[in-house]
Amino acid sequence: MNHWLITQWRIVKTGAQNFVRNLTLAIAAIAVMVITLTIILFSVIASQTFNNTIQQITNKIDISIYLKDSVAANDEQRTKIMDELKAFNNVREVKFISKEDALEAYKEANKKNPDLLAAISQTDNPLPASLQVKPVDPNKIDEIKAYLEKPEIKALQSEETSYSGDRKVAIDKITQATTFMQRAGVVGIIIFTIVSIMIIFNTIRMAIFNRRDELHIMRLLGASTWFIRGPFVVETVMYGIIAALLSVLICNSLFVVSSSAFEASSLGVLDIKFAANFFSDHYLVILTAQLAIGILIGAASSAIATRRYLKFKTSK
Amino acid sequence: MILLDRVTKVYNRNNTALDRISLHVQQKEFVIIIGTSGAGKSTLLKLLTREEKPSSGKIVIGGLDYDKLKDRDIPLLRRKIGVVFQDFKLLPNKTVFENVAFALEIVGFGSREINHTVPRVLDIVGLKGKENRMPAELSGGERQRVAIARAIVRQPKILIADEPTGNLDPKHAWDVIKVLEKINRYGTTVLLTTHNQEIVNKLKRRVVTIQGGRVVSDRANAEYNKGLTK
Repeated sequence: MNHWLITQWRIVKTGAQNFVRNLTLAIAAIAVMVITLTIILFSVIASQTFNNTIQQITNKIDISIYLKDSVAANDEQRTKIMDELKAFNNVREVKFISKEDALEAYKEANKKNPDLLAAISQTDNPLPASLQVKPVDPNKIDEIKAYLEKPEIKALQSEETSYSGDRKVAIDKITQATTFMQRAGVVGIIIFTIVSIMIIFNTIRMAIFNRRDELHIMRLLGASTWFIRGPFVVETVMYGIIAALLSVLICNSLFVVSSSAFEASSLGVLDIKFAANFFSDHYLVILTAQLAIGILIGAASSAIATRRYLKFKTSK
Repeated sequence: MILLDRVTKVYNRNNTALDRISLHVQQKEFVIIIGTSGAGKSTLLKLLTREEKPSSGKIVIGGLDYDKLKDRDIPLLRRKIGVVFQDFKLLPNKTVFENVAFALEIVGFGSREINHTVPRVLDIVGLKGKENRMPAELSGGERQRVAIARAIVRQPKILIADEPTGNLDPKHAWDVIKVLEKINRYGTTVLLTTHNQEIVNKLKRRVVTIQGGRVVSDRANAEYNKGLTK
């Protein structure tokens, strides 16, 4: 074996040996890393789950355009409006609801109210046909609104478009809330990650501070910087790997337990079923990311923390 | 081999540890440095291993001028010097064998050479059979001998021994001195600091006395002994 390889092999071996011989210190550091990595992982999953809930809510937001009976019956006119609406970038879907469909839906919604059903069956179908427009982003419907307010389009409608009434307020509230939640999720992840990195870095710094004499002795014996630092990096990378695996394992068992305990229900705004699915669908990505974070933080913290103990005296 | 020219070391402005010390040690020489505690012996040794930088003056060891030494050259310098530290400085997480082997690993010795050399050196210092002990399990004297084994295992050109017999009973102390004499016979320059008058008397070597950070006497052992009996 050549000299370089022998040295690298010794660095890895010494790192593993130190890990075993400083087991209490290792366990303490790993415990901190497991907790922080788990928090990061949880906040990512929680934010994804919130996003999904938000998506589901925004999916339900639509604009109902009530058509005059004459327009509804005129295929050409109806198709023209639909095509024009579909041409907007912000329109995901345009659905036509005929008078009959509207009546069916009304009956279905009020089937427990025989008085209403009786009243409606005594007259001709009073419900207008409508177009349901689902926007991509409910925050940016001004363009669509402007189109619908044009006199020639307005003339085709039987009553006010439904976004302009009470629903407008509700839609605005929902979109405001969801935007806030999404931003809060991202900020939360960033804060958790920064705090976690600081905590892990500090833990490793303390562990190395405890062993600064060793570093000093190795320096006095003429060991090169990498020969001293290497084993510490190997050791803390091992912390990172173990902590990453444990954090994924903890999340895994928690989701398995919780999804069976709650039986696909949700916990407040947290849709556990979705969270569990998200976790299992992205298992490999999550595992790789956690390993990468663990290894990176471990290596960087020990490399930085050993620096000050490896410096040569420069003062005269 | 070792040249100090008017070397001064001042800590915190008014604490002068060494005051214009000049010393010239030839290759293969065996020099004993004596002096009371605080006389400046330890500072002198720290300057030689470049643990400290001199405030002024010139140090040249084995042709290396300390003024021109870059940080990355310091490990190379230290590999040429074997040091027995007064407080041993053993690595607490390594066994006796690994502590001695570490000195060889630094310079890239192969496992076979290490497995061959280390037991022999441990035998020389009387630690055969204690290879797998941790430093915490050893007595003060045993730790000191591990430190000596580590310092001599590389067969350095220069050996600096700071009170290597301080914690040893007379028999072991003398064994250690014999090891130092032996390594000196093989060509290593030895610098020994000690408080032990008996060793100074018996060794019949050059004796340098330091007091208050200055060399107050530097003479061959015979002269030194004569001075004592006056």
